[in-house]
Amino acid sequence: MEISPRVLEEFRAVVGARWLISSTEELHTYECDGLTNFRVVPLAVLLPSDTQQVQSIARICHRERIPFVARGSGTGLSGGALPVENGIVISLTRMNRILEVDLPNARVVVEPGVINLDVTGRVQPQGYFYAPDPSSQSVCSIGGNVAENSGGAHCLKYGFTTTHVLGLEVVLADGTLVHLGGKTFDAPGYDLVGLFVGSEGTLGIATKIILRIVKRPECIQTLLAAFPGTNEAGAAVSDIIAAGMLPAAIEMMDELAIQAAEAAVHANYPYCGGLLLVELDGPVPEVEALMEQVGTICRQNGAWDLRVAQTDSERALVWKGRKAAFAAVGRISPNYLVQDGVIPRTALPRIMSEISRFSQESGLRVANVFHAGDGNLHPLVLYDRRIPGQEQAAEALSYRILELCIEAGGSITGEHGVGEEKKKMMSKMFSEPDLDTMQRVRCAFDPLQLSNPTKVFPTPRICGEKPGEYVPHPLESAGIAERF
Amino acid sequence: MITTTSIEDKLRSIAGAEHFRAATGEDALCGVLPQFVAEPRDEQQLAALLACANEAGLAVIPRGGGTKLSWGNRPARADLILSTGALNRIREHAWADLTVTVEAGCTFQSLQESLAQHGQRLALDPLWPERATIGGVLSTNDSGALRLRFGSLRDLIIGVTLALPDGTIASSGGKVVKNVAGYDLPKLATGALGTLGVITRAVFRLHPKPRTSRTVSFATASIEEMQKLVLAIQDSQLAHTGLQIRCGSGAAPVADVLFEATDAGLNAQETRLQGILESVSSLPSSAQTWNARQCLFSAAGDNNLIAKFSVLPAHLALTIQLLHGLAESQNVHWQTVVQAIGIGTLLLEGEANSLRAVALHLRTELEQYGASFVVLNRPRELQALDAWGNPGDALALMRAVKSQLDPKSTLNPGRFVGAI
Repeated sequence: MEISPRVLEEFRAVVGARWLISSTEELHTYECDGLTNFRVVPLAVLLPSDTQQVQSIARICHRERIPFVARGSGTGLSGGALPVENGIVISLTRMNRILEVDLPNARVVVEPGVINLDVTGRVQPQGYFYAPDPSSQSVCSIGGNVAENSGGAHCLKYGFTTTHVLGLEVVLADGTLVHLGGKTFDAPGYDLVGLFVGSEGTLGIATKIILRIVKRPECIQTLLAAFPGTNEAGAAVSDIIAAGMLPAAIEMMDELAIQAAEAAVHANYPYCGGLLLVELDGPVPEVEALMEQVGTICRQNGAWDLRVAQTDSERALVWKGRKAAFAAVGRISPNYLVQDGVIPRTALPRIMSEISRFSQESGLRVANVFHAGDGNLHPLVLYDRRIPGQEQAAEALSYRILELCIEAGGSITGEHGVGEEKKKMMSKMFSEPDLDTMQRVRCAFDPLQLSNPTKVFPTPRICGEKPGEYVPHPLESAGIAERF
Repeated sequence: MITTTSIEDKLRSIAGAEHFRAATGEDALCGVLPQFVAEPRDEQQLAALLACANEAGLAVIPRGGGTKLSWGNRPARADLILSTGALNRIREHAWADLTVTVEAGCTFQSLQESLAQHGQRLALDPLWPERATIGGVLSTNDSGALRLRFGSLRDLIIGVTLALPDGTIASSGGKVVKNVAGYDLPKLATGALGTLGVITRAVFRLHPKPRTSRTVSFATASIEEMQKLVLAIQDSQLAHTGLQIRCGSGAAPVADVLFEATDAGLNAQETRLQGILESVSSLPSSAQTWNARQCLFSAAGDNNLIAKFSVLPAHLALTIQLLHGLAESQNVHWQTVVQAIGIGTLLLEGEANSLRAVALHLRTELEQYGASFVVLNRPRELQALDAWGNPGDALALMRAVKSQLDPKSTLNPGRFVGAI
């Protein structure tokens, strides 16, 4: 299908010729996000500069029944920003202004295209930071973070994106502008901000975001502890939590992940079977007292090499290795898949031994990087696309790991989102009534299902099923509904 | 509302005769007397009763401990009170994973007592914990001083199960702290005043109980000076857990700072705080200090008004000045407890018309600053006073959400914003 010249002309009139992409060659840039094994070429890509333009685009899409996908930096790992068949992409990268910094109230108002780390960059001189820190924070956008409810290493203590978003300006699928929440807490009415954050672009497009910022703690210390294996490291994590501590972050890497990180950034990690990274922050005497306890717990669980990074540059190096771990795996394998399962932390030893059994059975290597404090696993399944069948085997293995997470009482995604990749897994995690209830809520926002349709849910629900009011589902008209 | 004997029989047969009765005067809410009270024994039974009432066009009022039933607007209709009293089990305290799954009718205190056996807590300090239930605390989004450090219920709830008016039992979220699969309906249900579904179960993330805690209180001569100090504390690197300001007509403002830490940490932080306070000296604090919010309700008689306001932290002094001016002109006596994050509980005492005047004026003023003013309790004469104020341009969307989940407006009709 092609977009009609008339509609294209209308789009051009809204954003200007320069900001409308419709040539096949250029459109390929937008055919996928960070999840590269799914690709769809959009009909067009529009780059609006302000809220009014986003509204105008949405109104045209609504009138013409053209589905759209909003996109930030395109770093997502679940295909959330993957274009949909016969749809357009609305790229928000030009809406990248920090509109307001209000230090006395610790609020920052931004447009969706603002880069995560730039928020911290703006308020750092005054001793503040923006807490959610996905590994891609130097390139990912706040709008994308809102869509995915992004986490990061420090959400163990500070919470996820949703904890730090107080208000939103949203363009709904029919072009209506609404304001959810505000600068103050507990705005009267339903918590639609809480609902919108993490809805993966299916409820509309955020065009303005009110964020909370946090005062930087007086002291931050990061401990690196080398263990014989992940089981010993996992036992130490449980003991730290049982001792009543809430570290700012607890990260774990297995042998293969350490090797990859070393190869990539030379973080000077000790060579071991399980590496733990524990960060404590707060007032100096508090951090010092607790760090001593953490050290004791680690030694009791078999750690032999303990190092505390205290200066900013030492800590930066430690974190660089961890944050580069995904990309680093590229150094030791031609291709890899990243998974994002969550388990109750206590299930870790069992899950680890299962993952290693799966790995042996399939003959594929799995490197493991975890947010160990909250049980969020990022198994990286290594494969070689050139070998026939390996990609499929890798996909099958990564889905098996997710099934294991569900069986353990966990989740199929801790921070990457369901997107395109894991929607089939949703019905393994939720019952039909659960999913149906979520989709009823979706119908309140976007009855025609134009905003990032075909994502998150395994089967689309047709809204407004009232006799005599039948509206063909856009996917039906588009002839792709049978995909499900 | 027309009800026939057959509906009563149907409801009774679902609940069982011993768990179903006619409502009495004590079951009235905001002057509206419902017809029946049912106390289902489990989630399925609750959903069946709700579906039966919905089918028959009855209005349903979910009820937990009944401590906050007067909050919100007077119901447009009320037929069946659906009590969660029998759904009071703690289903699973996964202490090593710091989570708990609890039924809606469990009281906050019995949950806390059980969690304490493993040195843990749900880091929230709601009103009347000995009677308030999990479902009610969630539905009213009640929170106290601990919110400064641990966030409110939206930051603590990780899973919810709802019974919808059509009988659907739906869960969202899960049992793990980190989870972004599907829509975040736990947050949607929090603070929805039971208008979207009846909460039957919730899962929370937990925190360790503090090792030791200490409270430091101090007074200032003026609210302006208090504002300055509170902002300085918030802008400091102190790791305090709570910070509340108490003030009222004719009383100098007093602030209380709560620290929870190791002994070494406590001493260092107290010294640091004293450095910020400079010449302002600290006061002895009593055990009642952190009950101050609840004390406002105890002090309130039938002729008083209680409201919750939410302002920007830097607008604290401005809010108090506005309040002071309005209250004085109307001869209204006031007392308030405000959290440093800007959420306050306000008690107004005076003639009904004066209370209305102060409340409405203050609401209008505060809304201009992007703040909100929600009436919780009011005298009988002011029953018609809207509890919520301006819900903004998202009201149509809120109504659409309501009509998707509760199309016949069965649950708490008319009680929520915009007469939802």
